[in-house]
Amino acid sequence: MYDVLILGGGHAGCEAAAAAARRGARVGLISYAGSNLGQLSCNPSIGGVGKGHLVRELDIFDGLMARAADGATIHRRMLNRSKGSAVHGPRIQADRTTYREAIAALVADAGVVVIEGEVARLRLDGGALAGVRLASGQLLDCRALVIASGTFLGAKLFCGLDERPGGRLGERSSLGLADQIEELGLAEGRLKTGTPPRLDGRTIDWARLERQPSEPPTWSMSALQQSTYLSQIDCAITRTTARTHEVIASNLERSPLFAGAIEGRGPRYCPSIEDKVKRFAERDGHQIFLEPEGLGTYLVYPNGISTSLPVDVQEQFVRTIPGLERAVIAQPGYAVEYAFLDPRRLDSRLSHGEISGLFLAGQINGTTGYEEAAAQGLVAGLNAAAHALALTLVTFDRASSYIGVMIDDLTLHGVTEPYRMMTARAEFRLHLRADNASTRLGQQAIDANCISAERRGVIEHRRTALRDASLQLDQCLRESDLVVGGGVTTRPLREWLVRPEVREATIAHLPSGSEMDEVVADAEYAPYLQRQRREWAALCDDRNVNIRPHFTYSAVPGLSTEMVERLTSARPETLAQAGRVRGITPAAMSALHFALVRAAA
Amino acid sequence: MGFGDTIAALSSGRPPAAIAVIRTSGPQAKATAEALAGQLPAQRQATLRTLRDPRTGADLDSALLLRFDAPDSATGEDIVEYQCHGGRAVVAAILDALTSFGLRQAEPGEFTRRALGNGRIDLTEAEGLADLLEAETESQRRAALALAGGALSRQVNVWQSSILALSARAEAAIDYVGDEDETATDTGALRADAMALATELDEWLARPRAERLRDGIRVVVAGPPNAGKSSLVNALAGSDRAIVTAVPGTTRDAIEVPLAIDGIPLLLVDTAGLRESADPIETIGIVRARAEAERAEILLWLGETAEAPNHPHLLLIASKSDLGVPSAAHGALSVSAVTGAGIAQLLGRIKEAAISLLPADGEIAINQRQAAGVAEAAQLLRTPPDDLLLLADSLRSTRVAFDRLTGCAGVEDAIDALFSRFCLGK
Repeated sequence: MYDVLILGGGHAGCEAAAAAARRGARVGLISYAGSNLGQLSCNPSIGGVGKGHLVRELDIFDGLMARAADGATIHRRMLNRSKGSAVHGPRIQADRTTYREAIAALVADAGVVVIEGEVARLRLDGGALAGVRLASGQLLDCRALVIASGTFLGAKLFCGLDERPGGRLGERSSLGLADQIEELGLAEGRLKTGTPPRLDGRTIDWARLERQPSEPPTWSMSALQQSTYLSQIDCAITRTTARTHEVIASNLERSPLFAGAIEGRGPRYCPSIEDKVKRFAERDGHQIFLEPEGLGTYLVYPNGISTSLPVDVQEQFVRTIPGLERAVIAQPGYAVEYAFLDPRRLDSRLSHGEISGLFLAGQINGTTGYEEAAAQGLVAGLNAAAHALALTLVTFDRASSYIGVMIDDLTLHGVTEPYRMMTARAEFRLHLRADNASTRLGQQAIDANCISAERRGVIEHRRTALRDASLQLDQCLRESDLVVGGGVTTRPLREWLVRPEVREATIAHLPSGSEMDEVVADAEYAPYLQRQRREWAALCDDRNVNIRPHFTYSAVPGLSTEMVERLTSARPETLAQAGRVRGITPAAMSALHFALVRAAA
Repeated sequence: MGFGDTIAALSSGRPPAAIAVIRTSGPQAKATAEALAGQLPAQRQATLRTLRDPRTGADLDSALLLRFDAPDSATGEDIVEYQCHGGRAVVAAILDALTSFGLRQAEPGEFTRRALGNGRIDLTEAEGLADLLEAETESQRRAALALAGGALSRQVNVWQSSILALSARAEAAIDYVGDEDETATDTGALRADAMALATELDEWLARPRAERLRDGIRVVVAGPPNAGKSSLVNALAGSDRAIVTAVPGTTRDAIEVPLAIDGIPLLLVDTAGLRESADPIETIGIVRARAEAERAEILLWLGETAEAPNHPHLLLIASKSDLGVPSAAHGALSVSAVTGAGIAQLLGRIKEAAISLLPADGEIAINQRQAAGVAEAAQLLRTPPDDLLLLADSLRSTRVAFDRLTGCAGVEDAIDALFSRFCLGK
């Protein structure tokens, strides 16, 4: 008997397994191939704007991703450095093999039992989950199950008009389970994702291309030191040409996307090259980043030309790109279409509303990206352990974390296209920075009892260091110390920091360091954070009006059928959440308000 | 669900009157009407019926019955309206019979509250309805009707979409790095567009508030003692063109008379004479009179021109023209409260000044609560930060401000604010 079983060994599955184990659960992780744990199946990079924020938050709970990434980094960039610190996005490129090995080692260290096999059926006992039956016939019992099967559920691979079942090239698709999911009425629809062809780096004319060097290692993904670091390598930048676009445009009918073979919806913000060519016909070129996949491989990931065109077209158009004239495709690009489940059926623990003990995490909930999947794995794993062992729940608030923003968005709005984290989704963006995850979530991580003593020490040490740094901002400085010809006005440093014209000069008076950077950003954003707190407080009354589960919206007088449908699927937990359900009208809000007040009376 | 019980109230003015309208709303409205009047008429068809008290079988009145079935009624519930004779005893007897069936006397604003609660109207429409019910004059009616019809909600939607378009530009530049050629954003252009929208909002804010329409424009009559102020107030109030309206004024030592000239609401204020006085009570009156002069939107000054307070809408009056007192100063209007000479001209001048203070025809007047929301949005857009991220945050806050304005967010607060002023039994 396992406390928690995890179905799937991708980013969500590994994080869920390790998180549940850190809380003391006996955990089994079921995967087709044990050697595939932590596979970076698409882009060999971790982080970015919004995504980097998620990784830092995950790290505070002793998540695996940041630590594995640091040990596997071969190139790093802090994105958005020219913009405000709240949207700086740490992004690294990882050596694919080192990363996968690091994840597998961390999962094993956590005491997770890896079970090779395929889940054929979920075993239900009444309304509760009891275990699973493997394709081999073996029965496994558990108290909680996290399904983190990624794109493998009823997945189809497309390479040109060739179509075959499978979630990742060379791997199987979970068809049996998909049927059961369908029977249980859990399936929502299909989404699509894609990947570019991998190039043989030895056939790329690097000398012709603009190089992009890695930044010096002044920062890392994890707050913990790693034992080993890899050497850093350059990337290169090139562009598609008019000729590339001609080749693609004349072969569009051979793309499964336009031939109608793929019904699933792809991410608008991560379109395939054929999408870009079709939708932005007036553009004469699209940027491509050539990203080496590792130190011990010659494979190169051309970021920006994800495609499902047939292999011969891929070969033809790649060679129209400067520097790639003689490039050899080592592995063709392809599209995957897969089933996803409506995350609006989940609560803030990612637990299914009707089947007790069932949790869902990752791409199956309609998200895209490793970081989004991993963060959900954390939430599902921590709470699956809570379910199995009667521990405290761990839920995340959108006012204090990107994880909270994502869970709230998914469970309230659901998805119509693959959900990717963007900073625009966070109303408290100025507070939710990649540099202050420890401040925002440190105490919660300590309380959740899921972190190592070393981690706890780091969180507490930082807290003290921040207090000291903050005290330094209370020192006063005269204007003439900051600007030539300045007056005798004297103010505390934190007040000078709010004024853009003397901000840089004020910073020059302060010691450097990550704690100082954090308190400086706090000071700089202080007036805006105050405004956000006022807005948040203004909604406080609405947040206190609860909507009980299974509230019958159709019985609320005056709600149109459309409003009833939207609210019924979104299942808001409070009036404030109802206000954020897409398309809700003011009249519907007041009708709902009165119905709730009456129901409470 | 619904509000549960059924309410009844006299919805027309205080009896006695020729006709009184009693309105009932709720699940028992139709059954009660059947018990009183027998078989009900078809929906929306006025039908004459004899009302009998079912307890005694005695006739109560013969009344016109109107029936509206849920949900297509004003409150979203079943409604039956009784148009009966407007005598006090008739109304009392019918209400008594209704309450004997368990119908409850409606609280002030309860019919509107039900309409709002049943999704028949949104918050700004409810505010418009409140204004409409309080409207005493033609200009009040027009403004309120526009609001009740959702004109402000529509305008806010237009602003919201402009802001969304600006937000999208800012957000693309923040979240799509590495695609700089795609999303390079000119912060200068974004700021200029934000400021242009602020200018539009400022124009709305510069318009007179709906409260001015509701409460009337304060026309203060001031001057030294015995200048003929009270006589002038009486003459103005008694003039054929001016109608003394029924809103009860707060009678203090400054006397307020609500008036309407050609549909324009005014509040005529008579004040104590302004002079140095040893009498403490008179001194208090004088202090208040000075304060009134300052609050005045139009000031009628009956004293020496040189002593007239500084005021943007000052009308100089030379009173008592019948006594042959020579015109006090150049530009002053000669009037006589006794003969009525000059009163018509004075009303004309007051009207002219008042029109400039009121929303133009077809403009939507916004009230203080709504203005606070628009002002918050305008303030955010007027001085957009240079920093792209802070600019994006200001745009986001602007959207929140608009959401609160229409009642899409902060519902509890908005509804409290609405019902704090809702005091009507209609």
